Amino acid sequence: MTSNYTFMFYGFLAAWMVVIIYVIWIALRERKLRDELDRVKRMVEERESEPRK
Amino acid sequence: MRLKIILILSVLSGALLAWNLHSMFMDVPDELNQGAVFRIIYFHVPAAMTSFTGFYLGMFAGIGYLVKKDLRFDSIAAAINEVSLAFATVTLITGSIWGRMIWGIWWAWDPRITSYFVCWLIYTGYLMLRRAIDEPTTRARLSAVLSIFGAVDILIVWKSIEWWRTQHPGPVLEIRGGGGMAPGMEAPLWWNALALVMLATVLVLIRSRQQSMQREIDSLRRYAHAF
Repeated sequence: MTSNYTFMFYGFLAAWMVVIIYVIWIALRERKLRDELDRVKRMVEERESEPRK
Repeated sequence: MRLKIILILSVLSGALLAWNLHSMFMDVPDELNQGAVFRIIYFHVPAAMTSFTGFYLGMFAGIGYLVKKDLRFDSIAAAINEVSLAFATVTLITGSIWGRMIWGIWWAWDPRITSYFVCWLIYTGYLMLRRAIDEPTTRARLSAVLSIFGAVDILIVWKSIEWWRTQHPGPVLEIRGGGGMAPGMEAPLWWNALALVMLATVLVLIRSRQQSMQREIDSLRRYAHAF
């Protein structure tokens, strides 16, 4: 009976761990994309301010 | 508007999941033959339902791209399929843990489990394909075609427990003519399905916004290199 509860706990833990890891991955991706977008916008502004060849 | 929807759905989903946890442990008794471990079904089946729904919606978004040639459909399809894959992973892992306790084995090459694993491989391949192709229209077209193949497999997964009676349990829900669960035991499963669908919607909204950001980055980069 104890192992029955143990496996139930493993099942619940696994379900939540997959969701939590995925949510953390999404949050990290959000930060990376924001940084990249800022960097590319700065690059475009720099290119626009340079005289055309 | 999108942020408001995300916040509202997050709160509702979190509250419903917490209330469901209370119901699962306080209101629902242990199953006669399986004991406490049967409660894994409250995550296993709703996660499977969420992934099935998502993969079909992803296919429709992919078809939307093939018809309209609008990359927004492709972004939505990619977001939906990725989130659905996460829920498919939950289904496979929780099913494996339940099988270890009830059958004494972690895995069985049963038609239901194998076809679902094939589905998992197809959508993992879908994400790998997207990473491998840089050209947006080619990526969108091939992804849409692959998601149509994936949806065919979903139909096989869905019907497999009726077509082949092997290791995996047959239909237990009332809606599929199972009748294997008492109504009081079945209700938390549907509430959890609703909570997981809301959670999946939140994740899809966030991921599709990220896909739009990625498109903006790509177009700005192309513009910068045109100088």
